[in-house]
Amino acid sequence: MSFILENISKNVNGETHLADINLEIEKGSFNVLLGPTLSGKTTLLRLIAGLDRPTGGRILMNGKDLSSVPVWKRNIAMVYQQFINYPHLNVYENIAFPLRRARISSGEIDRKVRSTAELLQISPLLWRKPIELSGGQQQRTALARSLVKGTDLLLMDEPLINLDYKLREQIREDFRNIFVENDNTIIIYSTTDPMEPLLLGGQVVILNKGRQLQAGLTHNCYRNPATEEVARVFNDPAMNMIDGIVDGSRVVLGKVISVPVADHLKALKDGEYRFGLRASDIFLRQQAKDDIELSATTELGEISGSETFIHVSHNRVSWVIQEFGIHDHTLGEQILTYFNSRNLFVFDTEGVLVAVPEQSTAFSPVY
Amino acid sequence: MARIEFKNVGHSYYGKSDNLEEYALQPMNLFWDNGEKYALLGPSGCGKTTLLNIISGLVRPSDGRVLFDGEDITDLPTAKRNIAQVFQFPVIYTTMNVYNNLAFPLRCRKLPRTEIDTKVKDVAKLLNLTYVLTQPGLGLTADAKQLISLGRGLVRNDVAVIMLDEPLTVVDPHLKWKLRRKLKEVNKTYKLTMILVTHDQNEAMTFADKVVLMRDGQIIQVGTPQELFENPQHTFTGYFIGSPAMNFMPCRLENNALMVKNTRIPLPGLENCHKKLDGTIELGIRPEFLRLEAIPSPDAVNVPIVDVRDLGSFSIATVVLEGQELKVKVPKAQLLPKDQGYLSFPPKWTKLYHEDKLVEISCP
Repeated sequence: MSFILENISKNVNGETHLADINLEIEKGSFNVLLGPTLSGKTTLLRLIAGLDRPTGGRILMNGKDLSSVPVWKRNIAMVYQQFINYPHLNVYENIAFPLRRARISSGEIDRKVRSTAELLQISPLLWRKPIELSGGQQQRTALARSLVKGTDLLLMDEPLINLDYKLREQIREDFRNIFVENDNTIIIYSTTDPMEPLLLGGQVVILNKGRQLQAGLTHNCYRNPATEEVARVFNDPAMNMIDGIVDGSRVVLGKVISVPVADHLKALKDGEYRFGLRASDIFLRQQAKDDIELSATTELGEISGSETFIHVSHNRVSWVIQEFGIHDHTLGEQILTYFNSRNLFVFDTEGVLVAVPEQSTAFSPVY
Repeated sequence: MARIEFKNVGHSYYGKSDNLEEYALQPMNLFWDNGEKYALLGPSGCGKTTLLNIISGLVRPSDGRVLFDGEDITDLPTAKRNIAQVFQFPVIYTTMNVYNNLAFPLRCRKLPRTEIDTKVKDVAKLLNLTYVLTQPGLGLTADAKQLISLGRGLVRNDVAVIMLDEPLTVVDPHLKWKLRRKLKEVNKTYKLTMILVTHDQNEAMTFADKVVLMRDGQIIQVGTPQELFENPQHTFTGYFIGSPAMNFMPCRLENNALMVKNTRIPLPGLENCHKKLDGTIELGIRPEFLRLEAIPSPDAVNVPIVDVRDLGSFSIATVVLEGQELKVKVPKAQLLPKDQGYLSFPPKWTKLYHEDKLVEISCP
């Protein structure tokens, strides 16, 4: 089975919601659409589902154009942000619902319902009504119903966004197990959280403002962000950026910070560049002898899971530092920060990637 | 500003009772210090809203007394308690401009015009609202509306406490940090007691000087975010705070070490622990404190690595010890062997729990 999106665009009242989307998706693959709000994720999913029609381009399933196939004839399941279940039916009947409509024998239905419930670990709950379930159990029931049909395509539109933190953690773990076991259905999953594609694996499609910025293997895109925009969207916190120049054999950031010319920077031609540094590559302790030390003023310590994101400013440049563990940082504190030019990403003035850090660094960080 | 005190305050919606199970909020003693930022954190149904309503006076507790600066206000109605509240969804007067919205509480109190003007302008300046003062309330962004709600509390001199009920829910994710920073700045400038109610651990931990963690109508732990992370007093704190959650393993005590089945985990200081521990004993350690190395060391245990997930800024490895999976957070610069490694438990971060409660052991 092949699934191809060809030059897909969508305009609404003269406004471009999507432009030039080109994707080739393999059978049994797991794909994450990553982008901030209003990047076009939901629009794209709705086009694929057949809930809306594209303004231009074609959607091809096994070479056949789906554009004119109505939604109920497409073999697709969709999971929404709000988990929707039939409140008057128990879990068993909720899962069985799409099969009953398809006029499948009751023995076959029973077998499918039970095996899907097993996969999602809701077997003991089959006789309960949705109202007697926790949020996570309700979401799993909705998910089981969308999986039970064995559709060609399963679309999931930010399925975890309305769940609380701990539940999200747990269901994400379940998802990964389901994705690993799945070998037929194409799954397309949308999220605003840059951590999710990394946690879930597979391929990623990065969208922003209705455009497709980059697509490919998740970890490959993470390590080689095609543009500055990708680096910003696909990092949480966003990648820190600073202007700089390469001049003779010097690399100077923000006009005054002269840094050692690391191996991956040696081939750069003289000129202006944009340099990027991940929040996790700035430290509060020196890691290597050739680290650059910078003093900075703290603006806020934000806690995310088990990390502290410290917002700092240095000569009007705002940076974010990712610190392991949970620490208190008061407003306006003076701190010393360290980074190494080995970890710099380099973009040209148009924002196109020019150089990336080498893969493995051979030192162990000091925390 | 006031110091709030709970004297054996509890609430049952069925009235005072001997059966604690009927209590939405179990009787408790608690202080809220003047000028501090608190977060009430817990899953839905934990009693945090009941607690909030007791402070604001919307619920009269079935048990105990509430004191503001030593004065018993248990029977005082909400209107007389001088409380300002910012709700989950912005509540502003859309027919008035921003200036009049901020001035409204002061006009109700019949303050002189010049004083109102000074106050409104001061608060607008702090909240960066100066440039929108003449704009109508209608059509402002969600974060601006929340700032106005907050501003209406700040203009008053007599506010005892500002309560914030999930105020950032409606704010765009990339603007949240700015509003979070502003809340901290406001607290610092006005020395206000602030209480934030949320089920989101990141929200609570970012905002608060002290987090009040609740579950099932009870307070599980009160502490700074760092304390909750580094020294969970209860297994629930270890689970609820931090991601991934703390690892727990059933164990027993033997010759100054913790025994997980046949694996001995040395824990110096255990000899000073003379408490007799019957019932469930568990070892708890956070994924970031476990050490997983490629080479053996004296106290390290050889374990299989069954999964490694590269999350960019770090990896999460899953290892198996005595049949149980443990998560280990590995810095990205550290190279891991493929299938197995050596796991050690730094004593400083290895915690002992008896019936879900932390057992203090003086670790050298």
